[in-house]
Amino acid sequence: MTAPLPVRPPEPPATTAPLHKAPGPRPPSRLLAPLRQTGQLFALALAVARAVFKRPFQFREFVEQFWFVASVTILPAALVSIPFGAVIALQVGSLTEQLGAQSFTGGASVLAVIQQASPLIVALLIAGAAGSAICADLGSRKIREELDAMEVMGVSPVQRLVVPRVLATMGVAVLLNGLVSVVGTLGGYFFNVIMQGGTPGAYLASFSALAQLPDLYIGELKALIFGFIAGIVAAYRGLNPRGGPKGVGDAVNQSVVITFMLLFAVNMALTAIYLQIVPPKGG
Amino acid sequence: MGIEVVVEGLTKSFGKQNIWQDVSLTLPAGEVSVMLGPSGTGKTVFLKSIIGLLKPEKGRVLVDGVDMVNSPEKDIMEARKLFGLMFQDGALFGSMSLFDNIAFPLREHTRKKESEIRRIVMERIDIVGLLGAEEKLPGEISGGMRKRAGLARALVLDPQIILCDEPDSGLDPVRTAYLSQLLIDLNAQIDATMLIVTHNLDIAATVPDNMGMLFCRNLVTFGPREVLLTSDTPVVSQFLSGRREGPIGMSEEKDAATLAAEQTLGNGYAPPGPRTVVPQLEPSPGLPVRQGALRRRERVQSMMSQLPEAARAAIRNSYTPTLGGGRL
Repeated sequence: MTAPLPVRPPEPPATTAPLHKAPGPRPPSRLLAPLRQTGQLFALALAVARAVFKRPFQFREFVEQFWFVASVTILPAALVSIPFGAVIALQVGSLTEQLGAQSFTGGASVLAVIQQASPLIVALLIAGAAGSAICADLGSRKIREELDAMEVMGVSPVQRLVVPRVLATMGVAVLLNGLVSVVGTLGGYFFNVIMQGGTPGAYLASFSALAQLPDLYIGELKALIFGFIAGIVAAYRGLNPRGGPKGVGDAVNQSVVITFMLLFAVNMALTAIYLQIVPPKGG
Repeated sequence: MGIEVVVEGLTKSFGKQNIWQDVSLTLPAGEVSVMLGPSGTGKTVFLKSIIGLLKPEKGRVLVDGVDMVNSPEKDIMEARKLFGLMFQDGALFGSMSLFDNIAFPLREHTRKKESEIRRIVMERIDIVGLLGAEEKLPGEISGGMRKRAGLARALVLDPQIILCDEPDSGLDPVRTAYLSQLLIDLNAQIDATMLIVTHNLDIAATVPDNMGMLFCRNLVTFGPREVLLTSDTPVVSQFLSGRREGPIGMSEEKDAATLAAEQTLGNGYAPPGPRTVVPQLEPSPGLPVRQGALRRRERVQSMMSQLPEAARAAIRNSYTPTLGGGRL
C-alpha cells in the first residue's frame, strides 16, 4: 500500500555544500515586463468572462456589490453631469452663434453629451470611486492570505469575488449612463434656453434632426465596456499587490491611473469605429 | 483512510533565489509527519507547493493521481477538496463571524441544510475550544483563537490530508500541548494524512510518526521519527537540542571561518550525548487505535535493515511492550 520511505544517508555538514544555483531558465528581458502584465490582464478578463457562466452564481455578493457601487457613484455622477452638460451647451452655443448655425445647438450639444461625455463621466466615477474600493478590498484580502485560504478550500476567488464585482460595475455603469445622459441633457437644455436665450423649439427640432437611436446605443455600449474595463483593472491590480500594505496602496493608485488611460484609448477606438459604420443622420 | 502524498524532485525559486531543490519524500497514508527547519528555510513555501498555491519549477506532487504542480487548474481545484490547510495566522475572512468562517466550506461545497451546518460547525468549534466566541469577528479575538478557528475551518469538510503551518506559533505551552493531543486524536478518528510544519521541539518529539528537516536549500533527511531523533548529523542534532554550536547560524548558515573558530575554541561539536527518544503521544482514552500507527509499524519493521543502528534500537525499544502494558 505505502511505498517504503526513501531514507537518505545523512549528508555532510551543510556548510561545506557548494552554494551553486540551480541552472534555471534564463530570466526574461525586463523590456518584456509590460507585455507580461498586459497578457495577465487579458487572461484575467478571459477568466472572468468564462466564470460568469459557471454555476453557482454568487447572487448575494452581486447584489451587495451592485448596491455598494451604485451608492458611491450616483450622487457624484449627478452632480458632475449638470455642470458638464452646461459647459458643453455654453461652448457649443457660443460657437454656433458665431457660425450662424444657432438652430443646431441642441443637436450638437446633446450628441456630445450622450456619445462622449456621459460614458466617460460614468467610467471615471466608477473607476475612481468603486474601482479603487474594489482594488483596496481585494488587495487587503490578498495580503491577509484570505484569497489563498479560499483557493485552498477549492473556491475560485475569480468566480466568488471578481465576477460579482465586475458584473456590478458593468451594470451600474449602464444604468448610471442613462441617468447622466438625462441629467446632462436637461442641464444643457436649461443653460441654452434660459441663459443664452435659445429657442426651445429649435433646440428640440435640431435634436431630432441630427440625433438617432444608434447614438444612444453606442453611449450605453461604451458605458458597458468601460464598466468592464474598470472592474477588470481594479480586480487585476487588487489580486496582484506587491509586498505588503504599501503594495496595496500602490495597487489602488495604479488601478485608477491604468483604467483612465485605457478608457480614453478605448473610447477613441470605439468612436472612430462608430463614425465609420453608422451613417450620420443629417448627411 | 488518508491519502498518500508523493513529492518528487521538487525545486522552487523566487526569481534568482533558490528556496530548496530536489526535495523528494512520501507522506505515508494516514500517518503524521513533521517538517522541521530553522526559520526562513521555506517550510511554508513547501506546504503551499504541496497544495498547489505556489508552482515549483521542477518536480511533481502526486495526490490521488493528480499532480498538484502541473495538472490543469480544474483538477487541482477538485483535488484541493481533499485538503485541509491551517494557515499560520488563521487566514480567516475578516468580514465574516467565526461561525460563518467555519461554515464557509460547507456552504460552498455541500447542499446541507442550515440546521445540519450549524450542528457540524458547533461540533468543530467545541473541539477547538471556542464555544461562545462563534459570533465574534476575527478582528476581535486573539491570535491563538484565530489559529484554532483556522484549524476548525480546515477540519469542517473531513479532509483526507491535513496540513498545519506552525500550529504552535502564538500559543502558550499548555495550549500547544492540548493542540498536539488534538492533532493525534483527530488522526485516530479520521485517519487523515497529516503534515505539520513547525520548529517547536515538543511537537517534533511527541507528535509525528515521520520527520523531515529542511536546511540550506535541501531536504536533510526524511524518515521514521527515531531516525531524526537519534541522528548525529550536526544540523539535526544542533536543531533538536537548540544549541548555538553547529552549522546553523543566525542568518541561516554559518560561514566556514566562524565554524572553524568555534571548533578551535573547543566548544564546537560537543559530542552529542545519546538523546533519549520520548514516547509518542497516544490517542485519548476511548478513541480508536490509530490505523496509521499500525500500518507504520509494519512499514518500519520492513525497512529496519536500512536504518542506522541508533534508530533501530530506539524503534525496537518503542515497540517492546513493557510489563505495565504501556510503551517505554
